[in-house]
Amino acid sequence: MADQQVHMRVWRGDAQGGEFKDYRIAVGEGMVVLDVIHAIQAHQANDLAVRWNCKAGKCGSCSAEVNGKPRLMCMTRMNLFQPGETITVSPMRTFPIIRDLVTDVSFNFKKAREVPAFKPKPKESDGTRRMFQEDIDRVQEFHKCIECFLCQNVCHVIRDHDDNKPAFSGPRLFVRLASLEMHPLDTNDRMELLKQKAGIGYCNITKCCTEVCPEHIHITDNAIIPLKERIVDRYYDPLAKLMGLFSAKSK
Amino acid sequence: MAEAKYETHEYDVVVIGAGGAGLRAAVEASAQGVKTALVCKSLLGKAHTVMAEGGIAAAMGNVYPEDNWQVHFRDTMRGGKLLNNWRMAQIHAQEAPDRVLELEEWGALFDRTKEGLILQRDFGGHRYARLAHVGDRTGLEMIRTLQQHAVHKGIDVYMECNLQRLLTDGGRITGAFGYWRESGKFIMFKCKAVVLATGGGGKAWKVTSNSWEYTGDGVTMAADVGADLMDMEFMQFHPTGMVWPPSVRGILVTEGVRGDGGTLKNTEGKRFMFSYIPDFFRAETADTEKEADAWYEDKRNNRRTPDLLPRDEVARAINSEVKAGRGTTHGGVFLDIASRRPAEYIQKRLPSMYHQFKELADVDITKESMEVGPTCHYSMGGVRVNADTTATTVPGLFAAGEVAAGLHGANRLGGNSLSDLLVFGRRAGLHAAEYVKSFSGTISVNDDQVEHHARTMLAPFESKGNENPYTIHADLQQTMQDLVGIIRAESELKQALEIIQKLKQRTDHVRVEGNRHYNPGWHMALDLHSLLTFAEAATLAAIERKESRGGHTRDDYPNTDSKFAKVNVIVRLKNGELGLSQEPLPEVPEELKALLEEKK
Repeated sequence: MADQQVHMRVWRGDAQGGEFKDYRIAVGEGMVVLDVIHAIQAHQANDLAVRWNCKAGKCGSCSAEVNGKPRLMCMTRMNLFQPGETITVSPMRTFPIIRDLVTDVSFNFKKAREVPAFKPKPKESDGTRRMFQEDIDRVQEFHKCIECFLCQNVCHVIRDHDDNKPAFSGPRLFVRLASLEMHPLDTNDRMELLKQKAGIGYCNITKCCTEVCPEHIHITDNAIIPLKERIVDRYYDPLAKLMGLFSAKSK
Repeated sequence: MAEAKYETHEYDVVVIGAGGAGLRAAVEASAQGVKTALVCKSLLGKAHTVMAEGGIAAAMGNVYPEDNWQVHFRDTMRGGKLLNNWRMAQIHAQEAPDRVLELEEWGALFDRTKEGLILQRDFGGHRYARLAHVGDRTGLEMIRTLQQHAVHKGIDVYMECNLQRLLTDGGRITGAFGYWRESGKFIMFKCKAVVLATGGGGKAWKVTSNSWEYTGDGVTMAADVGADLMDMEFMQFHPTGMVWPPSVRGILVTEGVRGDGGTLKNTEGKRFMFSYIPDFFRAETADTEKEADAWYEDKRNNRRTPDLLPRDEVARAINSEVKAGRGTTHGGVFLDIASRRPAEYIQKRLPSMYHQFKELADVDITKESMEVGPTCHYSMGGVRVNADTTATTVPGLFAAGEVAAGLHGANRLGGNSLSDLLVFGRRAGLHAAEYVKSFSGTISVNDDQVEHHARTMLAPFESKGNENPYTIHADLQQTMQDLVGIIRAESELKQALEIIQKLKQRTDHVRVEGNRHYNPGWHMALDLHSLLTFAEAATLAAIERKESRGGHTRDDYPNTDSKFAKVNVIVRLKNGELGLSQEPLPEVPEELKALLEEKK
């Protein structure tokens, strides 16, 4: 394939504001959007700000919105687009802009600090930890998360509602909480956090997060819904509530 | 006063780099009760460790009970062509199993054996299936586990903060200086000890598996304050990187593909590795396809397939096949796992390889062969350290992981990097903390030093020149690729050295546009100093070692030379210039020597 010229519109600016700037650049075979951004950086705009690391979909650094769709730029092939199509690249909308395609994702790290730590039960009598593959399969799915925060970016609870951020942790953190809650060795309890501070009740399972996950984690079905069920079992089960009433009285 | 002028933080220990080694060091230093900061160039959890695929080498004996530290020690030493620091190799083999089990205590979930223990996989140069793993995303599991553990321990983390200069007083570490990537403002750490955990410098080559972070910062910072560098001539070219399409050239294809049954073939369909078995490994390598195939199922009665020879051997073999015209039109060879393993097995064991080839190259690895070729991957050399304590030759400076030299000798075995990070990361944190506790003096920061660094780092904004920092970087990458690659020769190495000198002069004329606010052009301009220092040290050392060994192959000296078997090449800054010397390799004690003998 001979090199083709493409027309890119890239958002340039900072917290004070900005605009889309146009770039025309040659695209070679197999290139991904991140390659094109790097080419613009090397030849036309040295100061174009972008995060990246692995360039192979493993680190989750280069999240952005390409033609309005949340994607990893390193895994978005240019041949996905029609010849002659203008390709728009903008930063993730849910997070405050730092500069150009770089956003302030500290929200996610702050929420991670609130998660009660992993607390393993005692070892087996022979000093080992025995776990069977079928018992860890579902948690290993959650451990695939590369923290690209695309799920956080599309979650409508926080996407256009900054005011919800203090009371809601978002899908990435629900995956993390599910991975701990379903860990065969863990003994800690995170139900109170989930119900209160993490605000899992805000999620009305529209599955936007699942759709954009580059690791294809079934965020809604395998993490959020089972967690919601656990909350219901703990706090809203009428039978358990009744039993609790009796046991409280008998004390 | 510099301390008043710049944002200043005071700590006992500052760990630079938050991959496996840095995280493990920070966790340990903090557990020892000293005030610890962890500083990293990217966001937390994005360091190079996250890209590691195959696994962590540790002789736990879960799959082969006959495995033990002695065998792991032997494999590591022989893989490194006996140029390893024997004491590091011993400590590494002895302590790796505990470090893996510790990750499990912190929440890691490795793939399991039928008995419910940690499953271990085959890898090149390891006698037994030894790599604890999670599919082909072991690094992700490791970094996430360490990251979350560090966060729960309340360790202070400075993200997207690039420390580029060490501060010293009377030859002793007193701090580190750099900038915030976001604001571009300077930041200074005043501290008693620094742990370097900055990784390597593979970004100086063009075809590389390394990310933008791998600019040789640690090696350069250490050299700048007078620390010894060692074994810089040994650069590992991983045999299997992607080769097509051009935009993905160099991206890593895990050795796990071969560990799990993949074989290398040339365009004639021949499994060419049988023609490249070196005498050094002949007794332990299968010499027929029949034996190699049988080895996958029965390792006790068959010898290992030559597809799993150490990386230096396989990379050279692929290079020769392509040169002989038996490579693909894109300059690679075929790696085929589809004809041995069913699709379901491949997708379960190698999910990210499946994904990577499908998305980036339109290749379905469960049906077709992959096209692969060598890619610059790992620096065996780095900062010279004490085997037990990781202390460098500068008081207060410690180094662990890829930035440190010694453990891997002339060539690193796959899987020995993640275990290196854990074993020596912990030791670096421990001994940095002990150093701090035993240090009774006060430290002071030299204002002139800080002012000098600040001025140098701002120079690209005031430059009257018109050099583009990206162009200089690209020129360096092309130079190292062409002249300091897998196969080297004196004339080419000397030519590379001349070009590096010219590139250094050009950096004086680098100009950056825009302001200090998250400006990658400026960051690139600042990285050139470390990229060029790393490249120069690697080239100088490559000229000095006039033999072929491990990750250093000389066309003009194609054989190993017993003279060079007993020395390390040391690079040291003297009067502003990098100088060379040869120093004796520590001798292996008699009781360990016996382990190193060749055996079937």
